[in-house]
Amino acid sequence: MSQYSEKVMDHFANPRNVGEIENADGIGKVGNAVCGDIMNLYLRVENNVITDAKFKTFGCGAAIATSSMVTELVKGKTIDEALAITNRAVAEALGGLPPIKMHCSVLAEEALQSAIDDYLKKQQDKA
Amino acid sequence: MKPVYFDYAATTPCDTEVVAAMHPYFYEHFGNPGSMHAFGQKTKGAVEEARERIASFLGAAPGEIVFTSGGTESNNMAVKGVAYARRGKGNHIITSAIEHNSVLEPCHFLEKDGFEITILPVDGDGLVDPDDVRRAITDKTILISIMHANNEIGTIQPIAEIGRLARELGIYFHTDAVQTLGHLPFSVDDLNVDLLSASAHKLYGPKGIGLLYVRKGTRLTPFMHGGEQENRRRASTHNVPGIVGFGKAVEMAQGSLGEEVQTLTAFRDKLIKGFQEKMDQVKLNGHPTQRLPNNVNISIAHVEGEGMLLSLDMLGIACSTGSACSSASLAPSHVLMAIGLPHELAHGSLRFSMGRPTTAADVDRLLEVLPPVVAKLRAMSPLYRQDGNAPKAC
Repeated sequence: MSQYSEKVMDHFANPRNVGEIENADGIGKVGNAVCGDIMNLYLRVENNVITDAKFKTFGCGAAIATSSMVTELVKGKTIDEALAITNRAVAEALGGLPPIKMHCSVLAEEALQSAIDDYLKKQQDKA
Repeated sequence: MKPVYFDYAATTPCDTEVVAAMHPYFYEHFGNPGSMHAFGQKTKGAVEEARERIASFLGAAPGEIVFTSGGTESNNMAVKGVAYARRGKGNHIITSAIEHNSVLEPCHFLEKDGFEITILPVDGDGLVDPDDVRRAITDKTILISIMHANNEIGTIQPIAEIGRLARELGIYFHTDAVQTLGHLPFSVDDLNVDLLSASAHKLYGPKGIGLLYVRKGTRLTPFMHGGEQENRRRASTHNVPGIVGFGKAVEMAQGSLGEEVQTLTAFRDKLIKGFQEKMDQVKLNGHPTQRLPNNVNISIAHVEGEGMLLSLDMLGIACSTGSACSSASLAPSHVLMAIGLPHELAHGSLRFSMGRPTTAADVDRLLEVLPPVVAKLRAMSPLYRQDGNAPKAC
């Protein structure tokens, strides 16, 4: 399938950080089955730094690859740094996506935003 | 390991005997069949020989076969050609929700030009109900177009019955037989059709050549205007190598058809049974028995089709999917929607279509390779639970 870059195929075939984090500090669930893409993103946050990230995704090759890539990108980042990650950054890190698949990278960005929102809300509730 | 092809419904390899039959018509016998000299008469003879062979296979007269560039042109020619020829009689056309886009899109085109189109629904197995056809007919109906067998889910329609209905009322009846010519035994009289589309590359012939059967007396407005070829029904210099190849492909299908139906039906049923035994939450799409011998279409709950297709491709198995993620429009297959599949099951569909070269070993390999692919993707899926509900039988 030549429509995907080697990097996309690598992250699709050998996805990093598949799974769930028990008692995650932030959880983002985006997408729906009608569109054919669902992504759940789990974050572990310590002292405002993302120390671990895992995902579960129902979706096409690009959706799985962007999920995998976003978990790699956020690890070691502060919350502010992670919030600055755009869908374009995810796509670029994968060596680009076919135009028709760019929405998959949007899904990854949304999942990240949603997981961070969840984290911030939990922090607020604690305070 | 050698890659295995399970996408014969998309296209078939051109048989080496077909290629050999075509070969002299590129260089040695290159004349234009419209020329009066010996060069032209030689190729004219070859074209007419192919036409006779194909006509006899269909139980038709040679003059009723119009060669076209393929299935899409044949379907366009039938739908638009009848619409414009019969406009004085009426403006209503009946078709079904699971037709190929080369029937549906011409219908939508005609809609913009004042025609009324009724798109009949199908049941959960993909069958058109002849009573629905009967109820849809009005005094303005000029054409009914229902495909012989569906390219995605393999369901074979009650064409003869619908044809009888159409004939009683003097309404033209067209069937898209692209998936069935050379794959199922039938004649145009068995099916009671006035028009029938077929394409050579689905039966081990070359690409770029197809036919429209036009029953004698059927009025049709041509849309290729120019020379006098095909009795003025379709202008354009004949694709001589293509026509010769089509003729040879039909001759070969005639010889092997019976045996092929038996072999492929056994493979098909083994795959369906095997998939359902080896994986949970797998649904067969299309009619369980009234289906093409070479077609298996399944939906695997909680995984997405493109992911499965890519994984299989990496493991050397080629198939297709009705998932939105594999299409340019990002909409799931209209056929899977029409049989009432929920979106998530449409996204998780795979079509395996077999052909003459398919072996028992290929079938076993597929049964071995698919379950671990599904297991791996399900492990990543937030939707999958082993003890989850079985997919809804729609």
